[in-house]
Amino acid sequence: MAHPFTPQLDPAADGSAERLKRIRASLGKRHAQERRFRAYGIAAIAAALGFVAILFSMILYQGLPAFTQANLTLDVNFDPEIVKVADRPVQAPDQSVADYRRAVLDWERKVTMVNWNRVLEKAITAAAPGVDIDSRAALSIVETSERFRLRDMFVADPGLLGKTVKVTMLASANADNWLKGNIDRSLPDAQQQLSAPARALADKFMDGGQMRFAFAWHIFTNGDSRSAPASAGLAGAFVGSLYMMLVVIVLAVPIGVMSAVYLEEFAPKNKFTDFIEVNINNLAAVPSIVFGLLGAAVFINYFRLPLSAPLVGGLVLTLMTLPTIIIATRSALRAVPPSLRQAALGVGASKTQTVFHHVLPVTYPGILTATIIGVAQALGETAPLLLIGMNAFVAQIPGTPLDPSSALPVQIYLWQGNENRNFFEARTSAAIIVLLGLMLMLNAIAIYLRARLERRK
Amino acid sequence: MNTETKQEATAMHMPAEKIVPQSDLYTRETTTVRTPDENPGPVRVSARDVSVFYGQKQALFDVSIDVPEKSVTAFIGPSGCGKSTFLRTLNRMNDTIEGCRMTGKITLDGADIYDPSLDPVELRARVGMVFQKPNPFPKSIYENVAYGPRIHGLSRSRSELDSIVESSLQKAGLWSEVKDRLNEGGTSLSGGQQQRLCIARAIAVSPEVILMDEPCSALDPIATARIEELIDELKQNYTIVIVTHSMQQAARVSQRTAFFHLGNLVEEGPTDLIFTSPVEKRTQDYITGRFG
Repeated sequence: MAHPFTPQLDPAADGSAERLKRIRASLGKRHAQERRFRAYGIAAIAAALGFVAILFSMILYQGLPAFTQANLTLDVNFDPEIVKVADRPVQAPDQSVADYRRAVLDWERKVTMVNWNRVLEKAITAAAPGVDIDSRAALSIVETSERFRLRDMFVADPGLLGKTVKVTMLASANADNWLKGNIDRSLPDAQQQLSAPARALADKFMDGGQMRFAFAWHIFTNGDSRSAPASAGLAGAFVGSLYMMLVVIVLAVPIGVMSAVYLEEFAPKNKFTDFIEVNINNLAAVPSIVFGLLGAAVFINYFRLPLSAPLVGGLVLTLMTLPTIIIATRSALRAVPPSLRQAALGVGASKTQTVFHHVLPVTYPGILTATIIGVAQALGETAPLLLIGMNAFVAQIPGTPLDPSSALPVQIYLWQGNENRNFFEARTSAAIIVLLGLMLMLNAIAIYLRARLERRK
Repeated sequence: MNTETKQEATAMHMPAEKIVPQSDLYTRETTTVRTPDENPGPVRVSARDVSVFYGQKQALFDVSIDVPEKSVTAFIGPSGCGKSTFLRTLNRMNDTIEGCRMTGKITLDGADIYDPSLDPVELRARVGMVFQKPNPFPKSIYENVAYGPRIHGLSRSRSELDSIVESSLQKAGLWSEVKDRLNEGGTSLSGGQQQRLCIARAIAVSPEVILMDEPCSALDPIATARIEELIDELKQNYTIVIVTHSMQQAARVSQRTAFFHLGNLVEEGPTDLIFTSPVEKRTQDYITGRFG
């Protein structure tokens, strides 16, 4: 069948039939080439998405179980036989406040000296009647920090003496591992973390319903802990990271944007500004650990700023983020059409007015994106923080940017190296999930702000 | 034929020296062919021996011209002839171009605009400019017009600013189209409306001179006609210099025309004369479409 567009003219007349034939022959080749290119593109995207999917599913698979932890609910009896302390002192009419304080502190010290382990042990054995278990094994299934919970409860309410209350306590990391199956149940006794009676007891409580898995809120509210790994949380690292982010935003954005505006709009184009430009570009390529060394030398050794402080971390990360923001802002400024500058100059705006009223506002979305990318990069940076002491073990949550603190990525690094592998492998992934969640949130904010800024035009 | 038209021209118009004895323009030795107006008005802008260089390259060679008040002066010529470059020297927009420098003298009302003591910002408030492509600010229509008066401190109150915006938009013939949507973006208007908005923005600061750099080249014929009507109205109050590629447009809107070629001002004179009986052969070739 003839091609629908076969020319009706005499083919010999002007050679158009021959030309058409050649065009059609080349068309097939061109289409094949295009199809090939599309296939390459799709394959590349599929590969990239595949890797991301594998990464995310692995992290989620490993990390999500860490968000639930075994809890043991027991009837705890504040037995007067064990809790042998006097009544809480009451302020006498003629007693000074200082004396009263001292008396209370004395009393609290005595409360601390109470054998709370014994209280706990009795609660455990009472819940499992007929089980013959030594006190060490019995206590090993409850987190070591929980006896202080009992003490705190008693300090808060001394009226508990002699009463029995239901208390939900964290199971120990080892018990959690055993119950979750993180440790092979068929391993011989010598290779198990818990002794055989303790394992049996944990299983018994699980079957009896006293032991339950619940969402582990304390991951978000507790600081790190070594003596009580099950109660370890990343609140300290989270707050440290937030402080550093704050320092980076407050310092890097204005300094970076102003440098870029000056270099791009006002500075004379000469050898010196070329030199500065080359150096800024080089700075962006400097390995982050070098910035850490610089921070240790300058901020800590010279300016005597405290070790492990988020302020110092923020300063180091600011230095690291500056080139990113400067380069991105400059390219955003360069992309502003000259017609806009001319329009402003044409109505008699000065150079500064032109830049700040017209040129800079157009670049806000670009600057914003650069800022978020820079901050996200800083948030995930670990190496420079190791050199300024932020890899130290810090149990408390920092109150100010000058208090010692850790950071989320450093916390991941620390947990990753923890000796209780079975327990902290999941914790590490959980921390990664939190960090990724924070990054996704930052990006979502950036996208939202960007859309809003662009709509305003 | 050429000599004939030359004679005719001199016959129709009195010799220059007799009409404006104070002006040196017609007694100078230049290659430019000049024909004065029959009743020349006062001169607003005058340029003497203006040369412009972009780096090593000279773009304009010793251009001298007077721009009369409250009339439209058109600069015509083929692309790259220097007409836009010359226009931009009149409000020192060339200052903003890296490597651009000029020699010669340009005066506005007798004062040298390249005097170091004169602030180009002040100059641009007195000499407004409308560009080739409509370039409204990415802000609301109101803000586009109000921006100039605001930065120059021309209004003391919000209501005064409102009235400046309204009268500028009215003068630009845009008020009836936009009065209900002053808060919408200036870039949401059509091309022709955008250009009229740019004209309103320029006249909001009440300049004495308005420079227009091919203001209709990006517009369709209907929008072009509206802008031309507008230019005709504006010349009652403003001195207008327009660069145009369209000879019909120059013929329609301008009173005087200057023809540029390869950086030289070849011929200048009353528009009707330039288009009916040009003296220079190059002018004639250009307006009859033989090149350009």
